[in-house]
Parts: sequence; C-alpha cells; structure tokens
Amino acid sequence: MINPLEALKIIESHRGTSVVVPTMQSNRRWSLVSSRPELDLPLTGCMGKASSMALGIALAQPKTKVIVIDGDGSLLMNLGTFVTIGEQAPANLVHISFDNGVYATTGGQPVPGSHRVDFAAYAKSSGYRSSHQFEHLEDFISSVEDLFSSEGPVFINLKIQEDLDDLSADERMAMPSLVKNYPAMKDLFAS
Amino acid sequence: MSDNASGLDPRSILKEFKKNEISHLVWLPDSETNFMYQVMTSDKDLTVVPVCREAETIAIAAGLQLGGKRTVVLVQNTGIFESGDSIRGIALDLKLPLLLLIGYRGWVRHGITKDSAGFYTEHFLHSWGIDYYLIESDSDAHLISHALSSAEANSKPVAVLLGREYS
Repeated sequence: MINPLEALKIIESHRGTSVVVPTMQSNRRWSLVSSRPELDLPLTGCMGKASSMALGIALAQPKTKVIVIDGDGSLLMNLGTFVTIGEQAPANLVHISFDNGVYATTGGQPVPGSHRVDFAAYAKSSGYRSSHQFEHLEDFISSVEDLFSSEGPVFINLKIQEDLDDLSADERMAMPSLVKNYPAMKDLFAS
Repeated sequence: MSDNASGLDPRSILKEFKKNEISHLVWLPDSETNFMYQVMTSDKDLTVVPVCREAETIAIAAGLQLGGKRTVVLVQNTGIFESGDSIRGIALDLKLPLLLLIGYRGWVRHGITKDSAGFYTEHFLHSWGIDYYLIESDSDAHLISHALSSAEANSKPVAVLLGREYS
C-alpha cells in the first residue's frame, strides 16, 4: 500500500504546468505539496464530479495537461464518468484514483465493494487509452513519467494506505476550494 | 419553421445558439427534447458532449466554461432533480453564467398535470433561486438569448423550460 502524501509528492514533482483537480481527502494534502496553487482546482463534495469537471477543462483546452486526483468513493458516486471520458477520449487527461477502501473524510466507513471492484478494468473497458494499477510506491515512481507524457486518457489506480482525516467542521470548511481559484483561472485561460 | 407536434422547431433553438456563439452542448437526451437530436448532432459548429447521468453535465459545463467555451446544458426536468448537489456546489457556488435547457416533462398549459415531474419542476427552481423562462414555440425562441444575457449579467445559472404539451 502507498502512503498518500508520498504519492502526492510524486505527482507534484511530475505535474509541470498541468492543471490539477484534487478532490475530497486529497484536497488538503495537495495544498501542502503543490507548487502551482494558481493551477489547482480543488473540488469538495458534489458527489464525485471532479473527473467530470476535469473532462470539461481537458476538452476546452486540449493543449493543457489536466490531472484529476479522484477517490474510490467518489468514483463509485459517479461511475458513468468512465464511459463519458472514454467516449470523448481527451488525449490530455490523466485520471488518478486514490483507492483506500474507505470514506476517509466521514470516519473511515468501508466503501461498498472495495475489495472486489476493479477500477482499472472499468477504465479500460470504457475506452481509456491505457489503464494501470500500482500497489507499491516504487513501481509508481518508475512509471509516472511515461504515464504522464503518454496519450490519454490515462487511468492510474493507486492502492493507498487507509489514513483518516480528523478535521473539525470548521477545519473542513476552511479546506482549499475551487470557489477561490475559479475566477482567477478563467483569466488564466483568457490570456 | 415549426415542427408539426409543438410549434417549436429545433432550428429555431440552434439559431439562438449560433447568435450567442454557443460551441458546446452537454446533453443527456430525453423524450421531451428528442426532436432536437438530429439537428444538434449534425451541426458542424456545435460539439455535443453526451453523458451517462445528468449531474455530470453541470461539472463538465463548468470545466468547459473555465476553458473558455460557451456551453449550454440540456437535460430533462427529472435530470435536474438528480443534479441538485452539482447545481448547488458547482453552478451556484461558482456563480456560473450557465444556461440550463430543461425538457419540461409533465407540463400542461391547461388542466392539471398527471406527472409529479411536472408538478415539482418550478418549485425546484424556485427553491434554488434559479430564474426561468418557458419556450413553447418558435416565437418564444428569442428567450434563449434573453436567458443567456441574464445569466451573464447576474453571474448565475438561468433555466429555459422547453414546454411541449404532455399527454
């Protein structure tokens, strides 16, 4: 199993000028490692729609690499996203799932079917150009550069250590939010 | 220009799209707006993005708008019900000037609707504070431009209900 913070550091070190859309538990940690917060769009809640928003950006800006950091619980809430993304097949989209088997932001309750569902197989059968799963950080590190530079959509399922949030409601509300970044990013693409 | 069934020709709607330089339509087809499908999907200036479930449309449209594309969402009213949290957390929270074209299942001009989808539609839009307009025929199509202007002026989503007499 992969430590989530270490995985985020690896993603950060290879992101370049990519737009990154983290969601749920990854939001807070991503804000700790990101060197380009002006290119980050952290989406909280909205029933697993981070990948859908990332798809829209990727379609609108085909020369911009878009990386979405999804979760297994979020994916299950929006499973059709695999097929929608596969159908559109944006070459500039990298779709990463932090698969830890639990709802980490709500107390660690198990995600239904967490030990049976094969997200990588879902992505592959939905039309992603490539689909991968890693259980060890070293394997991810040795592949990430190739995966980020290959034609998308690319799906990467990372088997992540269970690591629960222990945030108060106020802390949760203070987490990074795309509401703050959205207006500035509109200007970014307009220039 | 109108079709036989409703007095609303899809070309009237497409004309409004072109006038407003709409480049993308994020759509989950439904029975109320099926009459538009052929015209929209065959237009070379309009990219139709099909989805598997309606709430995806809001998030995809947000991404497209962020990327500079003028985008419209088209779903049935039942799909708007399903999209509630995406409307809240994305369209409303981000103050998206987004046009929601909504197939008005259950709508009747005279009498009482037999379909709860029709009964709850306007209540739902009121509860979200979303302004809306009703289009029934070609002569109403100009309301699409009006709705888009309103959405942009007020930085919020606006709905246009496509009302075809329900029987």
